[in-house]
Amino acid sequence: MKDSKRIQNQEASGRSGASGVVRGGRVVEAASTLQVPFDPQARIGEDRDEVRDLFIRDGKISEAFDGPYDFEIDASDLLVMPGFVDLHCHLRDPGQEYKEDILSGAASAAAGGFTSIACMPNTVPVIDNKAIVSYVLDKAKAAAVHVYPIGAVTKRQDGVELAEMGQMKQAGIVAVSDDGAPVSTADRMLKGMQYASDFGLVVIDHCEEPSLRGGTMNEGSASTRMGEHGIPSVAEDIIVARDILIAEYLDLPVHLAHVSTARSISLIREAKARGVKVTAETCPHYFSLTEEACLSFNGLFRVNPPLRREEDRLAVIEGLKDGTLDCLATDHAPHHKDEKEIEFSLAKNGMIGFETAFALAWTWLVEPGTLTATDLVRILAANPAAFLRISAGSLQPGSPADLTIADPQARYTYDRSKAVSKSKNSPYDGFALQGKIVATITEGRLVYQA
Amino acid sequence: MSLLHKDILGMQQLTIGEIEDILNTAANMKKILTSGNKKTAYLQGKTVITLFYENSTRTRMSFELAAKYLGAQAANISASGSSVSKGESLYDTALTLDHMAADMIIMRHSVSGAPHFLAPRLGASIINAGDGMDEHPTQALLDMLTIKEKKGGFNGLQVAIVGDLAHSRVVRSNIYGLLKMGANVRVFGPATLIPADLAGSGARICHSMEEALTGADVVMGLRLQLERQEKALFPSISEYSQFYGLNEPRIQMARPDAIVMHPGPMNRGVEISGGLADSTQSVIAEQVTSGVAVRMAILYLLNLYRNQNHLGFGESTEPVLI
Repeated sequence: MKDSKRIQNQEASGRSGASGVVRGGRVVEAASTLQVPFDPQARIGEDRDEVRDLFIRDGKISEAFDGPYDFEIDASDLLVMPGFVDLHCHLRDPGQEYKEDILSGAASAAAGGFTSIACMPNTVPVIDNKAIVSYVLDKAKAAAVHVYPIGAVTKRQDGVELAEMGQMKQAGIVAVSDDGAPVSTADRMLKGMQYASDFGLVVIDHCEEPSLRGGTMNEGSASTRMGEHGIPSVAEDIIVARDILIAEYLDLPVHLAHVSTARSISLIREAKARGVKVTAETCPHYFSLTEEACLSFNGLFRVNPPLRREEDRLAVIEGLKDGTLDCLATDHAPHHKDEKEIEFSLAKNGMIGFETAFALAWTWLVEPGTLTATDLVRILAANPAAFLRISAGSLQPGSPADLTIADPQARYTYDRSKAVSKSKNSPYDGFALQGKIVATITEGRLVYQA
Repeated sequence: MSLLHKDILGMQQLTIGEIEDILNTAANMKKILTSGNKKTAYLQGKTVITLFYENSTRTRMSFELAAKYLGAQAANISASGSSVSKGESLYDTALTLDHMAADMIIMRHSVSGAPHFLAPRLGASIINAGDGMDEHPTQALLDMLTIKEKKGGFNGLQVAIVGDLAHSRVVRSNIYGLLKMGANVRVFGPATLIPADLAGSGARICHSMEEALTGADVVMGLRLQLERQEKALFPSISEYSQFYGLNEPRIQMARPDAIVMHPGPMNRGVEISGGLADSTQSVIAEQVTSGVAVRMAILYLLNLYRNQNHLGFGESTEPVLI
């Protein structure tokens, strides 16, 4: 393949802290626009889109220098971007390593162009104390990308007692969440946000009114045709409204995970306009698929929040365009074949997402002209990095040399059996995609090459 | 005269031509049923298995007798009496039956889409005898056969379906089938028991019993599953019966020659009064006979399809969807 010849002296490029040059690529950077929690004036990066050489010295982005280079990459006709940052994924480790583990998940992330990922705490056991945070970080030392654990809001994520957020913060968590479920009650949410704020932590909430849970897909014409129990879109809207009101009442930040409905997006838009400290993410499946995809009873399309109506899909795209939705997260959720390729109503919720995120965004958002390449870098790198307050998302000299090189012209048919992830539960098998990750570099080290 | 697929999954999948073929064949099968000798040899040497994960008396017996009248070997498995209770997956159970050389598997399952999941994975033909809240195609076909016999056809016919619409696979299959054949369908029930966007199916959602019944040629009651009360979907049996039940005074709103149908089993005095069920307008008992005839027709036509397409042991013709 042509791409393998693009990288000279590959051996050296696999070394940590290496120096090198990426020549002739279209280098795209973006300024963060998201309000950084507890630091509203903070910004990272700048909007910049130009063909130039990018230099790496000792694992960091550097000003131009004349070598010697450990490696050289020919990036002509390719995009060179800050490594993507995913603030919402599931690595299943500890406890469900048959689905994914920290190393396999990180390898999958690298294959998708991600160089920093924040993993949700719904593992077995739950990441609700410093020992498990340390376990994750220790195992992640050997990972292809940076791994940042998110701790639980409540012990065992059961919505009763607050988890030891202070100790977990000292051990290295970057946020707290009971993801998989909403923070159970308004009282827990209020207390959780207050207590988290003592340690500079933001609550990331999975928005789904508990009394309206239990369906298998969006409530609507498709669920009626299939005879499936529906999850009404208002289940999400209610908790989005609740969390916005609590954030406003406390004047504290809150982050809303995987937003999927038109009404939620309008609630967030209104809240931001009046100064509420709310940030939000969505996922590629909410702008590329609708509930109609479930009609074949194919369990690979089961996800929570469920795939919604066409008008919701269009609202998600509008929300990304106008900045109401700050970040694009994957909600990478690996599951075994025996948990997905079964009766629809028994299939687990969730789909793998690292390896298709860029291509889906390019195909559905950039190629049609809705977003620019800079906008895409903003929602995939600058904003999530600013939210997590980690050293990532920028190509300014001195930043870690975390970068993603992609071919925006590559067209191909996605084959889920080739996924790097341990699980293959992608619903996009056979989809025609445009945009392909060519190489991923973490701290100057080549961690993925197509 | 032929079907287009090896499986009968739902009325959504059947074409107008297929429905007509099934109803015409069923009319002939009814003649066999009413003749002195019910034994034929159309399915001689074929094996038909009923795999039921939910309780059923009439559907299962109806299929079993249909298979026997056609000369097939019929065997039954129920969820409680098989390895299902040991935790075997649906796929493994069905694959086992497939490899015992079953030609047709008639299945009922509490999960919507269970037959759709199995169909592309097995060589045997799958006949859906009710899946979750999705479809019950042979019930719709037997209802349609009964309607056709009584009313002569479907074009412009006004069919009212009353009761628990949300949990009913019967109403879904009837809506799809009747609309395809040119009938109009109106539905009525408590707002808590009407599924989202049902109007999208083409049925008219009525907001009163009067709106539903006025001018109706056919009035169909649906079984109320009494456990729904526990989920606070309606307050009491008494109130349900009072506002949503079919009875003799209410049927006066329909056309004088309207027929009254119910898929059974009935809760007399709840969704339908005993007097109405036993009235001269009621065709509930005749529906049962139509049921055997329609199932004979489906087994007969599927067997024809299998022979024409040379389908045999362990062969799946259709690509795996998933």
